[in-house]
Amino acid sequence: MSGNSTYNPSNGFTRWLDERLPIMRLGHDTAVSYPVPKNLNYWWTFGGILTFMLVAQIITGVVLAMHYVPTTALAFASVEHIMRDVNYGWVLRYTHANGASMFFIAVYIHMFRGLYYGSYKAPREILWILGCLIYLLMMATAFFGYVLPWGQMSFWGATVITNLFGAIPLVGQSVATWLWGGFAIGDPTINRFFSLHYLFPFLIFGVVILHIWALHVTGQNNPAGVEVKNKEQDTVPFTPYATVKDAFGLSVFLIMFAYFVFYAPNSLGDVENYTQANSLKTPLHIVPEWYLLPFYAILRAVPSKLGGVILMFGAIAILFVLPWLDTSKVRSARFRPLYKQFFWLFLVVCLVLGWCGGQMPDNVLFSVGGVDIIVTHLARVLTFYYFFHFIVLFPLLGLIERPKPLPESIAASVLGGKTAAAKA
Amino acid sequence: MADIHAVEPTRRDFLYVATGAFAAIGAGAAVWPLIDQMNPDASVLALASIELDIGAVPVGQEITVKWRGKPVFVRHRTEAEVAAADAVDITELKDPQTDDQRLMAGPDGKLEKQWLILVGICTHLGCVPLAYKGEYDGYFCPCHGSVYDTSGRIRKGPAPTNLEVPPYQFVSDTKIKIG
Amino acid sequence: MKMKMIQKLTLAAAVASLAMATAFLPAGSARASAEGPELHEVDWSFNGPFGTFDRSQLRRGYKVYKEVCATCHSMQYVHFRNLGEPGGPEFTGPEVKALAAGYQVQDGPDLSGDMFERPGEGKDVFPAPYANEEAAAASLGAYPPDLSLVAKSRVGGPDYIHALMIGYTEAPADVTVPAGGYYNPYFTAGSGIIAMPPPLSDGQVDYDDGTPNTAEQMSQDVSAFLMWTAEPKLEARHRLGFQVMAYLLALAGILFFATRKIWADQH
Repeated sequence: MSGNSTYNPSNGFTRWLDERLPIMRLGHDTAVSYPVPKNLNYWWTFGGILTFMLVAQIITGVVLAMHYVPTTALAFASVEHIMRDVNYGWVLRYTHANGASMFFIAVYIHMFRGLYYGSYKAPREILWILGCLIYLLMMATAFFGYVLPWGQMSFWGATVITNLFGAIPLVGQSVATWLWGGFAIGDPTINRFFSLHYLFPFLIFGVVILHIWALHVTGQNNPAGVEVKNKEQDTVPFTPYATVKDAFGLSVFLIMFAYFVFYAPNSLGDVENYTQANSLKTPLHIVPEWYLLPFYAILRAVPSKLGGVILMFGAIAILFVLPWLDTSKVRSARFRPLYKQFFWLFLVVCLVLGWCGGQMPDNVLFSVGGVDIIVTHLARVLTFYYFFHFIVLFPLLGLIERPKPLPESIAASVLGGKTAAAKA
Repeated sequence: MADIHAVEPTRRDFLYVATGAFAAIGAGAAVWPLIDQMNPDASVLALASIELDIGAVPVGQEITVKWRGKPVFVRHRTEAEVAAADAVDITELKDPQTDDQRLMAGPDGKLEKQWLILVGICTHLGCVPLAYKGEYDGYFCPCHGSVYDTSGRIRKGPAPTNLEVPPYQFVSDTKIKIG
Repeated sequence: MKMKMIQKLTLAAAVASLAMATAFLPAGSARASAEGPELHEVDWSFNGPFGTFDRSQLRRGYKVYKEVCATCHSMQYVHFRNLGEPGGPEFTGPEVKALAAGYQVQDGPDLSGDMFERPGEGKDVFPAPYANEEAAAASLGAYPPDLSLVAKSRVGGPDYIHALMIGYTEAPADVTVPAGGYYNPYFTAGSGIIAMPPPLSDGQVDYDDGTPNTAEQMSQDVSAFLMWTAEPKLEARHRLGFQVMAYLLALAGILFFATRKIWADQH
């Protein structure tokens, strides 16, 4: 895809095929000869891990759909049927449910890696935007999927999220009714969510192909953040170098995945979802799955319903324009002493926002001079910082920061690292 | 890279093959649950055999029950029907079987001649034949005109074999277990 | 040298992702313990990566369930056949048949179109004591939840059930218990007021295997039984988990050496 193909058909058949459908050439150029910067670290293996997770989720999902029944009367029972009666049904369902969490762990690491090393900057803006689109589609898919088991949290989570659309002025209530296909979440809703939950992963798959295409046009960013200058010295062929490294990274990731599936399969879920949905009884504490908690915290931090919805979607929307908010010419935080500190601060802010999202909003954190500071107050400060980080710091830091000197080339950065390590 | 191949080509190739093979074993094992989930599950297998009280079926009548999703005919034959089935010269049959070969013994070890148990699916293309219809007063398949006698044997029409006798046994004089 | 760094980074990646995942876990457990008293953690035989159910305990627990709980509670996802399946109480085939036949289940319609009662069979689920939630609530004052999944639908699982069974106390002075209610500090869903009377007392259920039938023992046994009804594949899960883990560790080891070998000429 990156231009100069080095594919050389080895026999008559592959030569014949290559002239008609150069699919072997495509595979060779994408996954064998494609040059990768030789200084990539293990944070770069998460792209491969994410591809694996997408395929694993699609396969287990297709198989679960063979047994699942999308009606309010039978959804919960059909999931129990999968867990109790279907051959290996419990493995498939636990893999799929925990797989969603693993998918998000991997995507967050992938995104923060991009933020740290400045992977969103020119010429990789489209690559980054496609990634944001994938993330958005993932959240929608996860939301639809979470409704399907028809437990209490499925029902009430869906109720809360769809009611967000009611905040839209004038047409809000009509939009909510349209989403439900009725006057509340019910049979039409679960059936259409099932349909969309089946469709969206294939949309993701399509955007992933574009994402990889864009990646192979610009080439990968790397920890040094300098572009490839000399292909011989700066890069190694994808196979075997990146292949084996990605495979090792994936195998370590799978150990963690397997731990959750086999030894803590319900630890990332909510106990309420093992009670069948009851439209007359709301659980005491409604929380989304962990990967949506930071956004849930932003939603609840704002006193106005519409304002909360706008900020919550704004928190995702702002990611799309990062390439144009950042004014720094330097990519990697390795050479940006100021940005590096704010990066870690931002990571902590996101984690604490997530924690806030899982707490009762009125919980008192501490009291200052008789004034109670509650979770909502903390969430407001953090929400402010979230936007401040992107809107103010991103343009500002590029102007005031004095970056460290960049290495001359990728090869030089590898050698530099080696000599530094040798000294130590 | 080139010199590496020159120095230790076999070790490196062995590494590729061993790693790839070990990964392939895992992938192969992971495929099994994906295949096995389509096999009959525990709730289906629980229904694989049924017990049936046939004491209430009067002579000269037949009931249809569902077994493994298929109709099963339980026919309480009259003496005339038994005699008609016995009288057939099996060398004339398309699928030669005596009536006795198609029956089961009761708990006392004696053949229960009056009970005929059949899977109610025409051996031609899977339609359900009609009882007490056709030339031999056995079964008649409305789809393509196969005619069966009072032992469920094929006598006329396109069906290749006799109606299938399901695996069953007499638990007591009036109770059978199918499957 | 570079390898050391790579190892550290990998470790960091694994730790960071675990931390990210588990950072949110306390949110769930914290909210329960913040309200009710701390749960006593029983050393269940099914705990840990190699845990299995204690067959005799499940059989005793089944007896407690049958004689005490089943009077009011349904168990709609459990079939009689499950009692004989591997990884459970593992009653023998004839035992399961006899157990099932002890229940009357509705079937039909018969040839004349009427519903009829017949003895239970392996394929049947445990018949519910009430026709529907409303009937149960009308007769008992509150709907007694279905017990199939109760060990997974409550924070604390079997520890919670055990604590609840024997956790009834006198109400504190500032709590008024309404008529037909009881005080149980572990019942956080009702702020301590529960409609279920104390279910277990010493000597209530006769055990066949000579185990002392104290309320504590019966409570543990029925909690273990309900853990099995909620997670009948727990033993299979632990067994397959061990095999998968062993394989993955070996795979990661091989890939680690392969990576080191292949990258050797680059460092």
